[in-house]
Amino acid sequence: MTDLTSLRPKTRLVLIGRKILRAGSAPIFVVLGVIYLLASIVVSVANEGTLLSIDALESVLSRSVGLGIVAMGQTCVLIVGSIDLSVSYLISVSATYSSAIMNDDPNKMALGVVVVLAIGALVGLANGLVITKLRVNPFVATLGMSFILSGVLNASFQDYSGAVPDQFQYLAYGYFGPILVPFILLGGVVAAVWILLRYTTMGHHMYAVGGSEEVARLSGIKSHRVIIAAHVICALTAVVTGLYLAARIKSGAPWIGPDGNYSLESIAAVVLGGTALSGGRGGVWGTLAGVMILFVLDTSFNSLQVDEFLQNVARGVIIIGAVAVYTYRINKRRR
Amino acid sequence: MTLETPAPIDRVSMGPSEASLGVRALRTVRSTPPIFLILLALLLAIYSQAPTYNFVSIFKNGAALAILAAGELFVIVSGEFDLSVGSLITVVVTMSATIANGDPSSTPMVFAVMIVLGVVVGVVNGFIVTRLHVPSFVATLGMMLILVGAVNYITGGTPLGNLPANFRMFGRDAINNFPVLGTLPNSIVVLFVTGLLLYWLLQRSNFGKRIYAVGGNSRAADLAGIDVAGTKTLAFVVSALSAVVAGILLGGYAGVSVNVGNGYEFQAISAAVIGGAALTGGRGTVAAAIAGGLTMQALFALLNVLGYPPELRDTVEGVIVIGAVAYGSYQLRNAK
Repeated sequence: MTDLTSLRPKTRLVLIGRKILRAGSAPIFVVLGVIYLLASIVVSVANEGTLLSIDALESVLSRSVGLGIVAMGQTCVLIVGSIDLSVSYLISVSATYSSAIMNDDPNKMALGVVVVLAIGALVGLANGLVITKLRVNPFVATLGMSFILSGVLNASFQDYSGAVPDQFQYLAYGYFGPILVPFILLGGVVAAVWILLRYTTMGHHMYAVGGSEEVARLSGIKSHRVIIAAHVICALTAVVTGLYLAARIKSGAPWIGPDGNYSLESIAAVVLGGTALSGGRGGVWGTLAGVMILFVLDTSFNSLQVDEFLQNVARGVIIIGAVAVYTYRINKRRR
Repeated sequence: MTLETPAPIDRVSMGPSEASLGVRALRTVRSTPPIFLILLALLLAIYSQAPTYNFVSIFKNGAALAILAAGELFVIVSGEFDLSVGSLITVVVTMSATIANGDPSSTPMVFAVMIVLGVVVGVVNGFIVTRLHVPSFVATLGMMLILVGAVNYITGGTPLGNLPANFRMFGRDAINNFPVLGTLPNSIVVLFVTGLLLYWLLQRSNFGKRIYAVGGNSRAADLAGIDVAGTKTLAFVVSALSAVVAGILLGGYAGVSVNVGNGYEFQAISAAVIGGAALTGGRGTVAAAIAGGLTMQALFALLNVLGYPPELRDTVEGVIVIGAVAYGSYQLRNAK
């Protein structure tokens, strides 16, 4: 590596620019920028409105922040080469149980949060143990877990359960200084997962296990622990998303997770951001860009008042297209 | 987590009464995929609780899922996923209703259109997976979003039109005066015929042998001169066509709605997996996948008979799915 400080400022800038462009998640931000620009032009021409009007922002905010938080956990799981299809129902479990426990009583807020976090940790632990110790394919293991949670959830709650106290709604509507609390929440989760993946041994082990579990294990990494940890982290982010949604709509309902299709959407966002389904590659910034692309699409389609169903078609095409480009680039590099 | 235990219990109860016959029987039971024993145990449990239960209804209502699972099995054996089948069912049901709009004379044309649609969806899935090298999970997830979006866009969220009687008869009606059973629902005939055809395709034809080869080791299959991309694409076509057949059956007895196919992709994968198919490819049989689909329906019936809330079916199903795969991978490790 060239020592950047010894070079002339202009060369230095060029080199830094190249470095940024070559970083794994850079292309997706370029794509994000292009989509955003196109969307703003189309929207302002067709609608004489602005792309990110406050109303439009409001309507998609919930989805974006909720999806963003759980997508961070899903990123860890995909990096270790696993997958988590149970987050949809875990989000519902978190939202319904927390609001049922709090039952509009501010004194029980901490209790509600702690209980659902404990449930989440257990679910993540169970997912991880079934995958590593019983050697069940992660797709099947977490699909089975989602069936289990769905049954328990629908047998216990038919409708909105309890309510969160007004103070708890600060999480969804409050301002910390000039910044909306949900953004701080999302920022906190992003920062935590980024630090974990970038600066901790556990994070580095996650990439190693995702690259090749066999090689990682033979080099002395306790691969089972790493996979279990990733699943616990993912489950915890799902719980946080559930808490946020409960704060937003005041009360948890059993259908909010599956209706939002969070399992598949979070996987789509992560994959859109360049994290490989096969594991070992990717990171939080790509995922964040993936979430934002889905967000920009939602917002522009909404303000264009194009039939909302066409959004799904556009999403499908963009997801397939993005991954096709990623695999093309990787295959080209290999040759 | 220990729901795979029905198998050992049955083995013990067989008992070696006559040495050679007993040993032979034991061997037969051991080599039978556990799914058949689970299905048998469920049916016996229903019988012990409600001897007059209409067992034919389990097969009638489970036929669509069983066919779907058998079709999905082709893709799973080839080492891929197909998440688009549930949304394809929705497309088949709602589009058929829109096109036919109650006109009986249009039914053959509607069937033809749906079959073409199935082939197109399968070929596109296969193209994206094999030529663009997009993982099948992502490719078929994208296809699912596209199909759901398209059907909602065209119908505006509420399906138009209705299905004529000669379309609905496959899923709804029955052959009367059938010996022994009294009535034989048409969907069971469809299940039987489709099942035989899929069995022949996967386990008797050369195409089937290529699928197992590709799923077992695609590199080796490629080096052996097998057209891996073509084989996988055809597997996606079979899966999509089975979704068309399942959609025709579901349109018959479940009626027309925009969420008729919701969740069927995961149900089908679960059914195939309960039947011993490995998601890594190369393993699984048509009969066991069909038994897997029927097991789901039997489970629903049993919980009903026992008076448990139907929601718990999902929970039991989840435990069985995990248990079956854990048992399968345990056996595989022991075999090595």
